[in-house]
Amino acid sequence: MTTTDNPILDIRDLTLSFGSLTAVDGVTLRVQEGARHALIGPNGAGKSTLFGVLAGRLRATSGQIFFNGQDVTALSEAERARKGLVRTFQHSSLFLGMSVLDNVRLAVERTISQPKRPWPNPRRDRAVTDAAMTHLESVGLLSRPSSLCGALSHGERRQVEVAMVLACEPRMVLFDEPTAGMSVAETNRFAEIVESLPRKVTVVVVEHDLDIVFRLAERVSVLAAGKLIADGTPEDIRTNDAVQEAYLGTSSNDALFGAAS
Amino acid sequence: MSATNTLSGLTADKPGTPKLLSRSAPRPMLRLLVAVVILLVLVSLPFFLAPYPLSLAGRALAFGLLVVSVDLLTGVMGMPSLGQVAYFGAGAYTAGLVGMHLSTSGVVQLLIGTLAGAALALLTGAVAVRTAGIVFLMITLAIGELAHIGVGSINAVGASNGLAGIPPVSVLPGGEPLVVPGYLYWWVLAVFVIGFCAAAVLNRSPLGRSMRGVRDGELRLRALGQNTYSVKLIAYTIAGGVAGAAGTAWVAQTQFISPGDLGFDMAAFALLSVVLGGAGSLWGPVIGAGLVIFVRDWLGGYIEGRGTLLLGVVFVIAVYVLPRGVAGIKWRSLRRKSSES
Repeated sequence: MTTTDNPILDIRDLTLSFGSLTAVDGVTLRVQEGARHALIGPNGAGKSTLFGVLAGRLRATSGQIFFNGQDVTALSEAERARKGLVRTFQHSSLFLGMSVLDNVRLAVERTISQPKRPWPNPRRDRAVTDAAMTHLESVGLLSRPSSLCGALSHGERRQVEVAMVLACEPRMVLFDEPTAGMSVAETNRFAEIVESLPRKVTVVVVEHDLDIVFRLAERVSVLAAGKLIADGTPEDIRTNDAVQEAYLGTSSNDALFGAAS
Repeated sequence: MSATNTLSGLTADKPGTPKLLSRSAPRPMLRLLVAVVILLVLVSLPFFLAPYPLSLAGRALAFGLLVVSVDLLTGVMGMPSLGQVAYFGAGAYTAGLVGMHLSTSGVVQLLIGTLAGAALALLTGAVAVRTAGIVFLMITLAIGELAHIGVGSINAVGASNGLAGIPPVSVLPGGEPLVVPGYLYWWVLAVFVIGFCAAAVLNRSPLGRSMRGVRDGELRLRALGQNTYSVKLIAYTIAGGVAGAAGTAWVAQTQFISPGDLGFDMAAFALLSVVLGGAGSLWGPVIGAGLVIFVRDWLGGYIEGRGTLLLGVVFVIAVYVLPRGVAGIKWRSLRRKSSES
């Protein structure tokens, strides 16, 4: 395991308890800048909860989170997003009564314009629209910018989510089950988008589709019952007995990852 | 008015077009034309109406602007409020006091009254917008009631008798007082148009978009890195200013303001107008406001002052027949039309 001196995300002994239930249990993890990192684990392992704590929606019971060398444990969700730590949601969370374009504009406006200016400004608003269209183009949704988000298909909504996250000018994106409910073509498209992201953007993805995990990730961490039980290269994880145990209750490599590997 | 808008909605979107259009169908020329026609009708009212109905129209316009401020919070930002009467009252009392002691100029009263409404909204909103939903509704109810009771106990402003003896406004300082009902009505109309345009500009601004973001998903907006508290507080302050402007128009029309004008029924009628007219659209609630004043003060006159009862009946019917308010009509008929074709 190589550890450089400057991980972009440094999680130290992070714990979140709801009463007697410990959803995240002493997780310590480092993510290198530019990494393509996957977080896997059985249902209920605490993956989404961990994302919630990292993004700031949930408050850690104990432990610390350092982002880009700075302690962000006490910062709000919005403050962390402004520092470049943004997430997508497991269940698409969009502004359903607004157009696709307006959804992305809300994100763009916060980064490059003035979201609280109470009057229009043609020049600046045009720049916002252009940037939003660029982001929509990058996720392949350019054809329907004026559709209401509520009228989109599930896969399209996920694409809007990605466009919004990219519009936040992230340094790190936490994708929470991005391909859940997507068709094979949409899943492929998503993988291509992630692969096309510049290397200065770090990606952490929670994913059940192991094909995607092994396609995208250079490093995989496994969470089970709130604890980090493995962390390593995809190859390490494939052959890790504890991972087999957590997933299947057996240690059959073939059953989990397929005989081909 | 609603008929022309229904028509514009039908022509703007040809049925059978497969592409989904956003709610505000872009047909700027047609919308502008409708707006100009409505404005011309409003401007020409003094030539048709007798003084009493004209004063009623003036009050309806002032009330309509109050309703616009309620709609900015309720419809655009998704935070139903009963507290805008407090800022309406701040504007009205300030304008009345300025008129009695400082200047009879309507412009001066408008500016100071708007600032008073906005300042009070900033102070009280700092607490109120930390809440949401029912709690926000109850806090704004408390704000309205506190203003109502508070102003009724201050002797300097006439306590429960209200502020009487307000001189008629002039437009500019030292100008002719507007004693002719038609001129007075035009001043009220001018204030209404200014306030409505300000709200329309806000609605199309980045802040307006952020306000709709708060309505559709405040948590999501925060996850995008937006400080939603400041969005809500700025919007609340501006809405308070619009309500204050409405108060100055009310006082200019009636030359009288009393705690009864900021009572719970006024707040409830304003919210009712928003629901009747269709929350979120700006023109719909104005029509709702006109309807409320017309039913309560005009029709009510024919049934021995039971206007409020009649209003209740209208409201119940409206909720069943027009679930999305007057502004929702065109879209409903549009959908029916397109399913037939």
